[in-house]
Amino acid sequence: MYELSVRSGGQAGDGIASVGETIARCFSRMGLHVFGLNAYQSVIRGGHVWYQARTGDGRPHSQGDGLDILYALDRQTVDVHAAGLRRGGTVVFDPEKFAVSAGELPAGVTALPVPTLEFARKHTSQSILQNAGGIGATAFLSGIPLDLLHQVLTDSFGRKAGDVVTWNLGASADGYHFAEAHASANDHAVRKAGAAKLLMTGNQAIALGAAAAGLKFLAQYPMTPASGVLHYLAAHAQDFGIVVKQAEDEIAAINMAIGASFGGVRAMTATSGGGFSLMVEALGMAGMTETPLVVVESQRSGPSTGLPTKTEQGDLNLMLGAGQGEFPRAILAPTHAKDAYHATIRAFELAEAWQTPILLASDLHLSESHFTVDREEIPLDLAPSSLFTVQPNGHEYLRYQYTESGVSPRALPGQAGLQFIAGSDEHDEKGHLVSDTKSGIPRWVAERTRMMDKRMGKMKGLLANSEPLVLEGPADAPLTFVAWGSTVGPIRDAMAQLLAQGHPTNLLYFPTVYPLDPAAAALALGRTHRTLLVEANYSGQFGRLLRAESGVHLTSRLLKYDGEPFYPHEIVARGLEEMNHGGK
Amino acid sequence: MAESSARVMPTPTGGALPLIGKSDTKPTWCPGCGDFGVVAAVEMAVKRLQIPSQNVVIVSGIGCSSNLPHFLSSYGFHAIHGRSLPVAEGIRWANHGLTVIGTGGDGDGFGIGVGHFIHTMRRNVDMTYVTMDNQIYGLTTGQASPTSAMGQKTKSTPTGVIEHPIDPISLALASGATYVARGFSGDVKQLADLVAGGIQHKGFAFVDVFSPCVTYNKINTFDFFRQRVYKLESAGHDPSNIVAAFERSLEWGDKIPIGLFYKTERPTYEDLEEVLAAGPLALQPSGIKGRTAILDEFV
Repeated sequence: MYELSVRSGGQAGDGIASVGETIARCFSRMGLHVFGLNAYQSVIRGGHVWYQARTGDGRPHSQGDGLDILYALDRQTVDVHAAGLRRGGTVVFDPEKFAVSAGELPAGVTALPVPTLEFARKHTSQSILQNAGGIGATAFLSGIPLDLLHQVLTDSFGRKAGDVVTWNLGASADGYHFAEAHASANDHAVRKAGAAKLLMTGNQAIALGAAAAGLKFLAQYPMTPASGVLHYLAAHAQDFGIVVKQAEDEIAAINMAIGASFGGVRAMTATSGGGFSLMVEALGMAGMTETPLVVVESQRSGPSTGLPTKTEQGDLNLMLGAGQGEFPRAILAPTHAKDAYHATIRAFELAEAWQTPILLASDLHLSESHFTVDREEIPLDLAPSSLFTVQPNGHEYLRYQYTESGVSPRALPGQAGLQFIAGSDEHDEKGHLVSDTKSGIPRWVAERTRMMDKRMGKMKGLLANSEPLVLEGPADAPLTFVAWGSTVGPIRDAMAQLLAQGHPTNLLYFPTVYPLDPAAAALALGRTHRTLLVEANYSGQFGRLLRAESGVHLTSRLLKYDGEPFYPHEIVARGLEEMNHGGK
Repeated sequence: MAESSARVMPTPTGGALPLIGKSDTKPTWCPGCGDFGVVAAVEMAVKRLQIPSQNVVIVSGIGCSSNLPHFLSSYGFHAIHGRSLPVAEGIRWANHGLTVIGTGGDGDGFGIGVGHFIHTMRRNVDMTYVTMDNQIYGLTTGQASPTSAMGQKTKSTPTGVIEHPIDPISLALASGATYVARGFSGDVKQLADLVAGGIQHKGFAFVDVFSPCVTYNKINTFDFFRQRVYKLESAGHDPSNIVAAFERSLEWGDKIPIGLFYKTERPTYEDLEEVLAAGPLALQPSGIKGRTAILDEFV
C-alpha cells in the first residue's frame, strides 16, 4: 500500500486549480483513484489558494493528512504548507522568485529549486508559461510519465492556439528533465494501475445524475458552491436538450422550476444556503400544489454570507424546517461523487412518485472536490419514463383526490377535459379554494384536516422508499462513528488509519437524512458500544434530529465549524480518546 | 381514480374543442369590483381567438385579483404572492404550445414582484400579463400600493403616501415589453380587444387595467376614470413610436390615455432558446441513456 499527496499553492489568478487538476488527471488516467481538494478564497486575484491531489493504490476518501510534494508558486505557500511535508518530501520552487532554505523545512524534506521562469522565457516572451516548468518537475517527482503529462496538457488546451500548447509542452519538458537530473522521484511515486478512471466534481456528478433522470429544465442563480451544476448543464444544454435558465434571483429560479414541472417536464434548481433561504416560500408552494421538484442545496459556511468558499453542514435545520406550515419532503445526503449521481436520480424518482419537493443536501466539500469513479459506476442506462398522467374516464377529474398513498392522479396542461387550478391556498379535491368563503365552516374545517392528512400521508411512502441507514465495518466494533453527507469520506480514511493501528471501528451513516426510520435508527444505535457523532456544524444538527426521531441522545460529538473539511487525523485522535477514556 | 396512461399531447387549435367559459366557482369579489370586468374581458378575448380551454393556462399570484384563474374553465396556477411571472415563464418554457396568461394586481406585480416584471419583459417571453391595478391593497384591507397616488391616505399611510407612484406603462416601455396597453374595466369591450391583441401578439404583452376597488380606494373610482380616460386610437397616437408612447405614458391628471401605447416585433425568448427549436420541451425525449461518450471529458 502506498499513498502520495501533491499540493500546489499560490495566488488566485496563478492558475493553481489547473495545475492541480492536471496532476490529478494524470493520476486518474493511470487508473489510480484520486481525491482532489480545491482550497480557495473569495477573491479573483491575489490571496492564497491551493489544490491537493491525493492518490495511491487504495481509494482515498478525503484529502488525507500528509503531504509529499509541494509546488510553491509563491513564498506564502512555503510558509503555510511546508510543515505538513512528510519525510522524503520535496518543495518545488523558482529561486528567481524567492528563496527557500533547507533549515526551514521538516527533517528529510528537500528543496528543489527549478528555474521555471527561465524555461518559460526560452519559449516565449509572454508571461503565460510560469507554471509549465513547475508542473513538469512535479510530474517527474510524482512518477508521472512525460508523455502522459503532455497528453493531458494537450487535451486541456483543447482547440486553443497551437503555439501556446507547443510552448507549454516545451517548458514542462524542461522542468521534467531538470528534476530528473537534479533529484529522484518520491519514494511513493505512482505506478500505472489499470484503465483510466473518470475524474469529476460532486457538482458534475449531480448534473449528470439529473440529466440521466430526465431533467429538462434547470433554473439557477449563481452561488458558490452550487454554480458548478449550472456550469456543466449550461455547457451541455443543447446536446442534452435541457433548457438552462440563469434566473434573476433564487426566488425566480425555484418558481420557474415549479412552473416547468407543472407544465410537464422534470425540473430542478440548485443553490447554497443563502439562495435556499430565498426559495423557502416557493418550496412550500411545491408541497401545497403537489408539484414534483428537486432542489440541490450545497451548503457553505454560514450564517449570512459566512465563508463563501468554505464548507459546512450547517443548513440541516433550515432544510428540515424550510417553509411555513407542514408539507412532505425528503432530504438525501450523498457522501461522494458516485453516490451523488445515484442520489440525484433517486431524488427525481421520489419527487415524481410522491409529487413533492425533494432536497439533495450537498456541501462545498462534496460539490467542488474532485473524485474518481469507474465508468460502470456512472451507468447512463436509465430510460426516463414519460411523466405519470391520467386520461379522462367519464368521471369528474379530481387533481387532489383523496387516496391512501396521498398521491393523486396528475394531469398536465394541454390535456383536454382535465383542467384544474393548482392552488397555493388550501383547496379541496377539485382544487377549489377553501381559504375564503369556506374557511371556518365546519364542513370545510374537516376538509382542511383531511387534505393535510392526505398530503402528509406521503411521508409514510417516502420513508418506505428511502435508502435505509448504512452500517460499515465490523458490527461489534468498540466505537461507532455516526455521520451524514461528505463527512463520511474523512471518517472512512480515519477508520483505515485506526485499523492499521489495531483499532477496528465502524460507521453508521444516513443516505436519507429525512425521513429517517426511528425504529431502525434506535435499533442500530442500540447495538453500538460507544458512539461519536461527527458533523461539520456548531450544534450537532443531525444529532438533534436523531434524538428527536429515535430518542437516542449521542453525547460524544466531534463538531467542526471552521470552514475546513475534517482531516482524518482529527477523527483518529478523537476516536482514540473515546475508546480509551470515553463513556458511552 | 382515473386510469393512468402515456403522455397526452396538446392538440392543435380547433373550433371543435371546448372553449373557455366560466368555471363552477363564482367570483368572491365585492359587488361592483372592477375585476368582474377584467375576467369578462379575458373570457371574451380567449373565446374570440378560439383557443381550446385545455391549451390555456392562467397564472396568478396573491391578492383579490389573483383569484381570477378559479373563475374560468382553463388550466390555472394560483401561485404565491408576487411570483406569478416566474411560474408562468416556467410553464411557457416547458410547453410553448400553451397560451399563458398572467393575471394579478398592482401589489403583486409592481410591489413584491416588480423584479420579475422587469426581467420577464426584457426577455420578451411570449405571454400576456393583465394587471388589475386598483392602486390599493384590497385583500389585506386597504394599505398603500406601489401605484397609490402621492398624498393618498390609507390604513398604512394615515398622513398620506410620501412616495412617488410607479408608472407601470413607462416601466414596461423602458423594460423592453413589446406590447404595452392600458385598459379600463369600465370599458370591457375595449379591454377584451386589448387582451386579445396581447394574446395574438408574439412576445410579452402587458395590459395594465384600471380596475377600481370599490371598498378601499375612494379616490380612484369608476367615476374618477370615466371623467378622465380618453382612447389613444382616437387621438392619433402611433403605437409604433416608442418616444410618443413614453410621452403618452407620462400623461396623468385631467386626461389619462387608455388603449395601445406601443407594439413592436422582437424575437421572443422562446425563439432564441435553441433547445426549444425542437418543439415544446414537454414533448421532447429526455435522458442521456447510452450516451457514454459524454463521459470522455472526465478522463
